[in-house]
Amino acid sequence: MDDHSRPAVLRDALGIGVAVGAFGLSYGAIATASGFSVLQTCALSVLMFTGASQFALVGVVGAGGSAIAGAVTALLLGSRNALYGLRLSSMLRVRGARRAVAAQFVIDESTAMALARGRRGFWATGVAVFACWNVGTALGAFGGAAIADPRTFGLDAAAPAAFLALLHPRLEGRRTRVLALGAAAAALVAVPVAPAGVPVLVAAAVAIAVRD
Amino acid sequence: MWTAILLAAGGCYLLKLAGLSVPRRVIESPRVERAAARLPVALLAALIATSTFAAGHVLVLDARAGGLAAAGAALALRAPFLVIVAAATVTTAALRLV
Repeated sequence: MDDHSRPAVLRDALGIGVAVGAFGLSYGAIATASGFSVLQTCALSVLMFTGASQFALVGVVGAGGSAIAGAVTALLLGSRNALYGLRLSSMLRVRGARRAVAAQFVIDESTAMALARGRRGFWATGVAVFACWNVGTALGAFGGAAIADPRTFGLDAAAPAAFLALLHPRLEGRRTRVLALGAAAAALVAVPVAPAGVPVLVAAAVAIAVRD
Repeated sequence: MWTAILLAAGGCYLLKLAGLSVPRRVIESPRVERAAARLPVALLAALIATSTFAAGHVLVLDARAGGLAAAGAALALRAPFLVIVAAATVTTAALRLV
């Protein structure tokens, strides 16, 4: 597990990249099925480059929510990257332009690899995931855009499945599972009364307000 | 839509940059850490619930719920990401044909 040698780190980084590329494929297809253009879908993968936030933005807008509600949800999900950066800064020790580049690579996968394999793990994983995620996005976007009615292929069920796959590894401990159920229930209660996209933010408020 | 895309993307980038730039002790506290760990769990759970059971402002039980159940089964079998998503879409499409 803690093999820091160059070939081992590069091999693992590439493996993670390929897995994330497959994930990018479904993001691209879901985004275009949700009404985003191919250009918008690809721009998000280059500029935002944090998968859960991108899925959230296209998911909220695809369900009829406002662009603002989608953007706020994406930002709330992106806030965890700030905490990753806090953990990484003493290890990476980057300044100026290198820091500006490193910042874009601060995501779930690169942080996990940095904590396990050090600085080389961070850079190798960041670059591999960035390349594969964007290639996957483009392929998925063109594929998704070619489908006339996404509902025929059940593509509207792809987003919840993707969210479930993202949530599952975080569900450790009984308290976390109770929180997940509570958040889901709070959002559903808000559906009939709140504008589309807002129920998800209600759940976020519950998560912040809850006491340990 | 482009405005929202650029604002959200810019904001997400600044969050990443802030983490690398701000001295650790400024925002690090056990309370902030725990709230930040709860946030993705709550948001993802809420997104699953609304994208499965909401149709506009009405709660419905339709083919998407079957798709989510199939995704859960694939997840329990430790299937890779694409298989999980494919299980959901194929199941939902098949249920609509019935």
